[in-house]
Amino acid sequence: MSTATTELGHDDHHHHAPSGIKRWLYTTNHKDIGTLYLWFAFIMFLIGGAMAMVIRAELFQPGLQIVDPNFFNQMTTVHGLIMVFGAVMPAFTGLANWLVPMMIGAPDMALPRMNNWSFWILPMAFSILLASLFMEGGGPAFGWTFYAPLSTTYSNDTTALFVFSVHIMGISSIMGAINVIVTIFNMRAPGMTWMKMPLFVWTWLITAFLLIAVMPVLAGAVTMVLTDKFFGTSFFSASGGGDPVMFQHIFWFFGHPEVYIMILPAFGIISAIIPTFSRKKLFGYASMVYATTSIALLSFIVWAHHMFTTGMPVGAELFFMFATMLISVPTGVKVFNWVATMWRGSLTFEVPMLFALAFIVLFTIGGLSGLMLAIVPVDFQYHDTYFVVAHFHYVLVTGAIFSIMAAVYYWLPKWTGKMFDITLAKWHFWCSLISVNVLFFPMHFVGLAGMPRRIPDYALQFADFNKWISLGGFAFGLSQLIFLALLIKACRKKGEPVSDQVWEGAEGLEWEIPSPAPYHTFETPPVIK
Amino acid sequence: MAQQQQEQVYEKYYVPDQSPWPIVGAVALFLIAYGAGNFVIEQTKGESGYGGWTLLAGIATLIFMLVGWFRNQIHESMSGLYSAQLGRSYRQGMAWFIFSEVMFFAAFFGALFYARVIALPWLDGASNNAMTAEVLWPNFEAIWPLTKTPGGVETTAMGWMGLPLYNTIILLISSVTCHFAHVALEKQQRTKLIAFMAVTILLGLFFLVLQVEEYVHAYREMNLTLQSGIYGNTFFLLTGFHGMHVTLGTIILIVLFLRILKGHFTPENHFAFQAGSWYWHFVDVVWVMLFFFVYIL
Repeated sequence: MSTATTELGHDDHHHHAPSGIKRWLYTTNHKDIGTLYLWFAFIMFLIGGAMAMVIRAELFQPGLQIVDPNFFNQMTTVHGLIMVFGAVMPAFTGLANWLVPMMIGAPDMALPRMNNWSFWILPMAFSILLASLFMEGGGPAFGWTFYAPLSTTYSNDTTALFVFSVHIMGISSIMGAINVIVTIFNMRAPGMTWMKMPLFVWTWLITAFLLIAVMPVLAGAVTMVLTDKFFGTSFFSASGGGDPVMFQHIFWFFGHPEVYIMILPAFGIISAIIPTFSRKKLFGYASMVYATTSIALLSFIVWAHHMFTTGMPVGAELFFMFATMLISVPTGVKVFNWVATMWRGSLTFEVPMLFALAFIVLFTIGGLSGLMLAIVPVDFQYHDTYFVVAHFHYVLVTGAIFSIMAAVYYWLPKWTGKMFDITLAKWHFWCSLISVNVLFFPMHFVGLAGMPRRIPDYALQFADFNKWISLGGFAFGLSQLIFLALLIKACRKKGEPVSDQVWEGAEGLEWEIPSPAPYHTFETPPVIK
Repeated sequence: MAQQQQEQVYEKYYVPDQSPWPIVGAVALFLIAYGAGNFVIEQTKGESGYGGWTLLAGIATLIFMLVGWFRNQIHESMSGLYSAQLGRSYRQGMAWFIFSEVMFFAAFFGALFYARVIALPWLDGASNNAMTAEVLWPNFEAIWPLTKTPGGVETTAMGWMGLPLYNTIILLISSVTCHFAHVALEKQQRTKLIAFMAVTILLGLFFLVLQVEEYVHAYREMNLTLQSGIYGNTFFLLTGFHGMHVTLGTIILIVLFLRILKGHFTPENHFAFQAGSWYWHFVDVVWVMLFFFVYIL
């Protein structure tokens, strides 16, 4: 390594955070930007959650009572868009911002100013999306998957705003992903070799690759929707030689890697938490890396399992069925490794561990219902029913979101220097755990019995289960207010001071720096042995 | 003391202080997205509104941001703040950005291939669609280029001889001259560098002029428009997005040219030039793909 030349500039670094609003608007600090991402994601989670409450209130009993069907469709659509692009993805990006530089011994993200830009685009994009709800004709009402012709022929004019807001969300995600990937490639401290990297870093590396590969395809899809609707093209219209099914191919080529974008970082989080509270090394580190890589590669060749009922040739259905089932192998490796890590470990059940354990059990349930959906003839029955809704909420709520909560509880003491309110945290965990199952488990039954998704009314025989689902939904929504209270308390630096290591079994660079983590860490890279 | 020793071994990575430019950029994108959306809606309804002005304000803000941010960046680079490691960050960042652009074009190439290989034959009754075709589009024949859509819109196919071929040759030559300019930069042959850059820019501009000429010809004489069904759709979106990239690439080259005249680049330190030339080569490769799949095949 050469010894150039940096007399200027770095000496005037602030070792304390600048104050006032400018700190947040102009920041280039990965910790500040991580905090911004996490709070933004949580606010979006509450807004998207409020929309889910509207949905569940309408579905509390059969018949139309609270909202009109068009508004109901807007709620399902914007709920999905907000949770996917506004809550889960920014929360993971926030965690990456906070943790990746500290885990690999880097002074900051590789491109700190672009990092700020990526974040501040998000509130702009979502304010456009949310504003469209209040405009003439209402917001998008075609489902978060915006299938043509619902989003072209039959949509309202505010689709244009939807398209452009998705465009700038995509710009934000791509820049965020480029930042993560370059940081991991180029900023590792000397001695931090590939196979020494914490799994959270590994999983985010692969997630970033997926993001750069598929977000532009989403941009292409919304562009074609825009030109089909407003400029007379016919990509998705048979009379001009296009095909509405082509929309689904393009969308799901983005969409399936997208669902792994929302779960791979979760795998990394669980792989950090389970060893800590088992006081053992992670079982099968290398196999975890290979499993993550295989899941990512397979994610590019399974997209059409979302489209088994569109009338594809049988050969294609078989290919996508088998490719999809193949994914259960690396996923099984992961679940096995987590369980094997706990085997004969010295387990304790602190709050992050509770969420991690709930993740393993409930995510596996979601994975197994996914395996059922992968089987073509069975999917003909399940397609577009509440069984699908149950499946993806198990993997996204009790999977992705539980992992994010586990991560927040795990690293929050490192960020604030104080232990969070453990009583509140346990209340949050148990209330969430019970209510989330009351909420989503009966959806399997109504789905198998044939209740369609995205419908504001339903047949009488589904009434009892839907009542319970709605009650579970309200309880889950209220439980998150406990989390809000806990977070506000934590940000006001209430609580017992913690040690640098925080948790007895925690290992890694981030546990070797002081708690709370100083504003700038590793300005000189540490040497990893 | 130990820390001092380490600092001698490892360069310090430049972590910039606070910067106002990213938030300006975010506001610019907000204005662009909100303005463009409203502009499209107003055009569709035939109403007048503030959408277009919002869009223009957004573009102006974006240009303001780019100028300010780049000026700041160039100043930092010229005052020697950057290390070799930072240079690698920039290069890797640019490479991944180009990869994302490749995937953007892949979506439209994917649409082209799907329409040609699957959608059109199926509309004509291939696979298990014989009855559907008979009932819905009895007179439709799946040929490519699709000169008559199932709905009956007729158009003419754009040949590859003539203008598209000239454009291919122009861009390929420009890629070579761009490379020669890079070599000249590394060998510190300033006159050659300036000459080859000038030629590259002129070729880029020439390409754009011919492309506009082709569009005018397609609209006025061939009845090949954006509304001419899937052939016109893929033709105009692929060549149109490519043309936008060539425009951006030419602007980048012009900025680089001005910086060369000011003597900004050295054989060791010329990330901006390298990024610009990568971008230019990428744009050329996309054109070659276009030439094969849109024009020839």
